[in-house]
Amino acid sequence: MLVKLSINGEKHEADVEPRLLLVHMIREVLRLTGTHIGCDTTHCGACTILMDGRPVKSCTVFAVQAQGKELMTVEGLEQNGKLHPLQEGFMAEHGLQCGYCTPGMLMTSYAFLKKHPSPTEDDIRWAISGNLCRCTGYVNIVKAVQHAAAKIAGGA
Amino acid sequence: MALRTSPEVGGMGHSLKRKEDPRFIRGKGTYVDDVQLPGMLYLDIVRSPYAHAKIKKIDSTKALAVPGVLAVITGEDLAKYNLHWMPTLMSDTQMVLPVEKVMYQAQEVAAVLATSRYAAADGAAAVTVDYEPLPVVVDPKKALEPGAPVLRTDKKDKKDNHIWHWEWGDKSATDRAFADAAVTVKEDIYLPRIHVASIETCGCIANFDKIDGKLTVWMTTQAPHAIRTVFALVAGHVGLAEHKIRIISPDIGGGFGGKVPVYPGYVIAVAASVLTGKPVKWIEDRMENLQADSFARDYHITAELAAKQDGTLTALRIKTIADHGYADAAANPSKFPAGLFHVCTGSYDLKSAHVEVDGVYTNKPPGGIAYRCSFRVTEAVHTIERMVDLMAHQLGVDPADFRMKNFVKPEQFPYKSALGWEYDSGNYAGALRKAMDTIGYADLRREQVEKRKRGQLMGIGISSFTEIVGAGPSKHFDILGIKMFDSCEIRVHPTGKAIARFGTKSQGQGHETTYAQILAEELGIPANDIQVEEGDTDTAPYGLGTYASRSTPVAGAAAAVAARKVRDKARKIAAYLLEVAEDDLVWEPGKFSVKGAPGKSKTIQDIAFAAYTNHPQGMEAGLEAVSYYDPPNLTYPFGSYICVVDIDSGTGEVKVRRFVAIDDCGNIINPMIVQGQVHGGLTMGLAPALFEEISYDEIGNIRGGSFIDYLVPTAVETPKWETGHTVTPSPHHPLGAKGVGESATVGAPAAIANAVVDALWHLGVRHVDIPITPAKVWKLLREKGVKD
Repeated sequence: MLVKLSINGEKHEADVEPRLLLVHMIREVLRLTGTHIGCDTTHCGACTILMDGRPVKSCTVFAVQAQGKELMTVEGLEQNGKLHPLQEGFMAEHGLQCGYCTPGMLMTSYAFLKKHPSPTEDDIRWAISGNLCRCTGYVNIVKAVQHAAAKIAGGA
Repeated sequence: MALRTSPEVGGMGHSLKRKEDPRFIRGKGTYVDDVQLPGMLYLDIVRSPYAHAKIKKIDSTKALAVPGVLAVITGEDLAKYNLHWMPTLMSDTQMVLPVEKVMYQAQEVAAVLATSRYAAADGAAAVTVDYEPLPVVVDPKKALEPGAPVLRTDKKDKKDNHIWHWEWGDKSATDRAFADAAVTVKEDIYLPRIHVASIETCGCIANFDKIDGKLTVWMTTQAPHAIRTVFALVAGHVGLAEHKIRIISPDIGGGFGGKVPVYPGYVIAVAASVLTGKPVKWIEDRMENLQADSFARDYHITAELAAKQDGTLTALRIKTIADHGYADAAANPSKFPAGLFHVCTGSYDLKSAHVEVDGVYTNKPPGGIAYRCSFRVTEAVHTIERMVDLMAHQLGVDPADFRMKNFVKPEQFPYKSALGWEYDSGNYAGALRKAMDTIGYADLRREQVEKRKRGQLMGIGISSFTEIVGAGPSKHFDILGIKMFDSCEIRVHPTGKAIARFGTKSQGQGHETTYAQILAEELGIPANDIQVEEGDTDTAPYGLGTYASRSTPVAGAAAAVAARKVRDKARKIAAYLLEVAEDDLVWEPGKFSVKGAPGKSKTIQDIAFAAYTNHPQGMEAGLEAVSYYDPPNLTYPFGSYICVVDIDSGTGEVKVRRFVAIDDCGNIINPMIVQGQVHGGLTMGLAPALFEEISYDEIGNIRGGSFIDYLVPTAVETPKWETGHTVTPSPHHPLGAKGVGESATVGAPAAIANAVVDALWHLGVRHVDIPITPAKVWKLLREKGVKD
């Protein structure tokens, strides 16, 4: 089936099997490998991307369901050579170690901060509870999201 | 430790931002599954639904009819090359693919090679296997009973399921101490099977070039050099020689011990690539990862502790059954089948101890690897910390006071333990006091008394652990005969920048940053001017890899030693340039100055340039050095953790209200990274304490084989960790550092378990095995007559 979609502002089309998972299309057809795969059951969130602004776990979406949609992946966060405040926050607060869950964490947090620009710590913890991290113990991820929220509020 | 370098140089003690982060936050890391080669084939694996069954027939007809499927590989195919069995790191054997029977549920039965990931999966689903189920042995104690089915029928003389017996310590002195003891306590402690569950699963791409005969393998491995040698030893007879094998361990999405072993999937992918001459990718999915990769723990421990009437501890006696599954595929140093479990006297000055461990075969996946821990240290710490708490409660003494009384004292270091270890340095009371002050221990005890009067369940738990890491001195430590040194090679370029390569492999620990800081400290070259590389066996010096918290203690020490060699040569060049004797020079990070004439100096950058442009006659050009560091002793990081739990008497849920962790890892290289390691370690201590377990039903069906029921904690269950440290340098490490990656995973479970028992002691509860699930606590509360 022919799928036409836009990803990080670029239009793409590809002829894919109807059963192809969106994450495989992104990683293997479009070669954007920042989106990762960590489980088969929609639990780990490493594959989280935005579909029309909503975070989805792309291992549980078929590529054909993305027909006509606007997708955004971790590769789309940096704009004109300028990092997104979340990317800066993750570096500044040591919010990542192995880096494998990081793209999913960034995309979940990106969608979350759009809706909740001044969250409490509890809000953040619930927001990222669909994304597993085995390295950081989450403390610094929470700080990274707070860092970004403050920066965005300050007009970054 | 006072800072010796500026933030711009970024030596030890600076919280330098990580050099690896810019690629990770952009999604530009390169993990194994990100590598895509032209013409690449894909492997998928057919797995057994039975825990023990004879294979009567494997029918590949339907699979071969699936479009894109090229081959179905079975044990019979591998047997033609004698590759159907392989050695484990403990010199046992395990199957790559079975010929006669399967030994655990989810075992590899056959592999399907296809032109795409999806075709390979379709092919695997279409392979039909005819099994004849055999009796299953799940319980290791039953496995040892006379008449139990003998599992390893491949071993001709094997008449039972016993693998090995190992004991350590002075049995008669220990027995005597128990006979003389005024008070003894005894407890059965089970540390269940768990899985490291790094968020990236395991996998590889094997690429055999038929023209030059070279095999390149991108692989999720923590120990690329050791893997290269193992491949050469295992597959030498089919023509793979070590100089024709290149292992590349790219960015690794968490390891924690699970990426040390060689799994059958890797070997099958290599075999398939060698046969086809094409690149072959194998990436396991999460369920395969949890169900078939090496597990950790599964120790059935019976421990006894003896004390005098005044509460002075005297002796420890332990018997343990170690369930290894169907093969001993642990990753321990060869000499120690139970790893470093005999560090089990912990932080306490015990006069005698004796430990016995028996390894047993069952119908479960092979293993016995670490879960972010140095070779069974968590098992040791959990045992001693539970037992000390039990004894304190039994004697009616506050567990903190009881620990203070029995700790090894600072003036006793270097301290020789009853089981023969020489602890390098420690101040156990200092760490515990700091933890008590931080958390407000006395107030918490008062609060607990008040709450108990109102029927509320609150507990305070302590764990004052001692670790043993940095394996290790080569006279005692090897993996398959390869000594456990590690390495660093430094090349300083003419313009004063440098590249350094190591035999270890970071899996998130931040080696690119930490190692650069060690070199910045020693050479005064800014950390940002030093490129650190690991994980490519064609370029890096030989080393044993990263696990057991050995990178800083061993390869970090190699970095310091190699840097000092570079400095020695730099001194000669500086003396030549300044026209003074070497002895007339003084070093401060970054430059040599003439004694008494501080204005006369040469920077390391000046010297590097001269090393290639103006070096003394008779001296070789260049500025480089390599060190293969063999540590004189292990390092012994320690800490004291205090945890406060509240238990919901209705649901049985245990909630960690506060958790204070005071760690001592000696001198600290990067405080930010150390704190991050502790945060992560604590969370991997919380996980098995409250949530994670892999168990089996009576016919060997796995429970906990996916993230649906294997509960890795999320941000919601994870408390806000409170961390701090004390600093007691290691006297033998060149930098006084000790390693920290695993301390918290080792120390935390006991603090949580002790807090739960502390909350329930007055009800008559003496011990609860981890994971302490709501169901387990709910049942206990009802048994003890507590109403909802």
